[in-house]
Amino acid sequence: MKKHEVELTVNGRRVSMQVEPRQSLADALRGELGLTGTHLGCEHGVCGACTIVVDGDPVRGCLMLAVQAQGANVVTVEGASPAVGLSEIQAALREFHGLQCGFCTPGMVMVLHHLFTENPQPTEAEIREAISGQLCRCTGYQGIMNAAKAVAERHSSNHP
Amino acid sequence: MKPAPFEYFAPTSLEEALSLLQEHGSDARVIAGGQSLVPMLALRLARPEVIIDLNRIPALAGISEDGATLRIGAMTRQAKALASPLVARMLPLLRHGLENVGHPPTRARGTIGGSLSHADPAAETPTVMLAYRARMVIGGSNGERVVDAEEFMLGTFETCLEEGEILREIVIDKQEDEGTGFVELARRRGDFAMASAAARIRLDADGRCADAHLWIGAVAPVPLRCEAVAEALIGEVPTEEKLREAVRLIDLERFEFDNPEVSLGYRQHIAPTLARRALMQAVSRAGEMRK
Repeated sequence: MKKHEVELTVNGRRVSMQVEPRQSLADALRGELGLTGTHLGCEHGVCGACTIVVDGDPVRGCLMLAVQAQGANVVTVEGASPAVGLSEIQAALREFHGLQCGFCTPGMVMVLHHLFTENPQPTEAEIREAISGQLCRCTGYQGIMNAAKAVAERHSSNHP
Repeated sequence: MKPAPFEYFAPTSLEEALSLLQEHGSDARVIAGGQSLVPMLALRLARPEVIIDLNRIPALAGISEDGATLRIGAMTRQAKALASPLVARMLPLLRHGLENVGHPPTRARGTIGGSLSHADPAAETPTVMLAYRARMVIGGSNGERVVDAEEFMLGTFETCLEEGEILREIVIDKQEDEGTGFVELARRRGDFAMASAAARIRLDADGRCADAHLWIGAVAPVPLRCEAVAEALIGEVPTEEKLREAVRLIDLERFEFDNPEVSLGYRQHIAPTLARRALMQAVSRAGEMRK
């Protein structure tokens, strides 16, 4: 099958890749660009592990074809983390036991990264809505909620 | 799981998309937001030879006012419609329906027209469009045709779209003076509904029902209109007791879906309660508008 050349911005860098039309964006990020932070769980849009941010919106990386990302601006978990150490969200997830096996964590980090970018002090209901599409089989979600609420609280004490 | 190979085209105009669709016939599938089609490709429930992508056609997306109507481009993202002040003010039932559709990441890509064309009986958008008596504008190689939502929604994954046709726009009469409610029951938030209810209520100056609409979704191939309930409410002050009485008139015999996971009996059991809650939401919002 004919390959397509796709040019896009990933984590602030202009990149180009050759993809088959049937390749998902998540597969291409991992396979063509080596960005293996994005995890693929179910590969049909149920689990949310592959969630990335495309043109400012959280998106299932397995439900977008790589060829559709021509010209897009993509942020993956690698782009939502500092070069060294952990982001504020990642540190809170660690502190509050917001992960165990860690498979769902890149998707959780990305929906929370998007939420806190748009809304630095979300309510509990807004946090629940933001993570509603992400499955975690280890934590029972409470640790994740506690981590996100702690980040929101820190923001509100910094900006009263 | 990976999709079977296919060829990919990204036309930039509807005309180009229609001519590609005509050229490739039944080998081709149109992709909108991809939130239903891509899972079907991954599970190989769909194996088209050709995918025609509508995402590069800017003319198909957007919400605009046109006299007494709102026109919604088929490629308008669900998230955009959910956040639209025009929709919130003039078509509140669409907003309340969309609040129940999937999750933020699926609504960011999923489109209004894609959901309607996919015609999943458990989906919210078809119920909303039926309740609003929306008109569907369909493009084809022989020009355009307009059909009512009731003619468009034919069954489970079945619409009146013929080979070579694309849903391009939905036209809905503005409804600014009524209250609406949408209530569904799903095992987890954002999952497909086991039953859903959509209600529209307009109150007159005395607080009596001047107009009422009730639709039940996810229980039959096409959402069901509950005329008897609506008729029983018109002219009445819609108290909770009155609504409780009226939802007994839902014709449960018309329910069809019966699965091991969700039985017919359970759907018949929950639907009147969901209907009453949707009607109560609508009445309370209609009441607030009169203040």
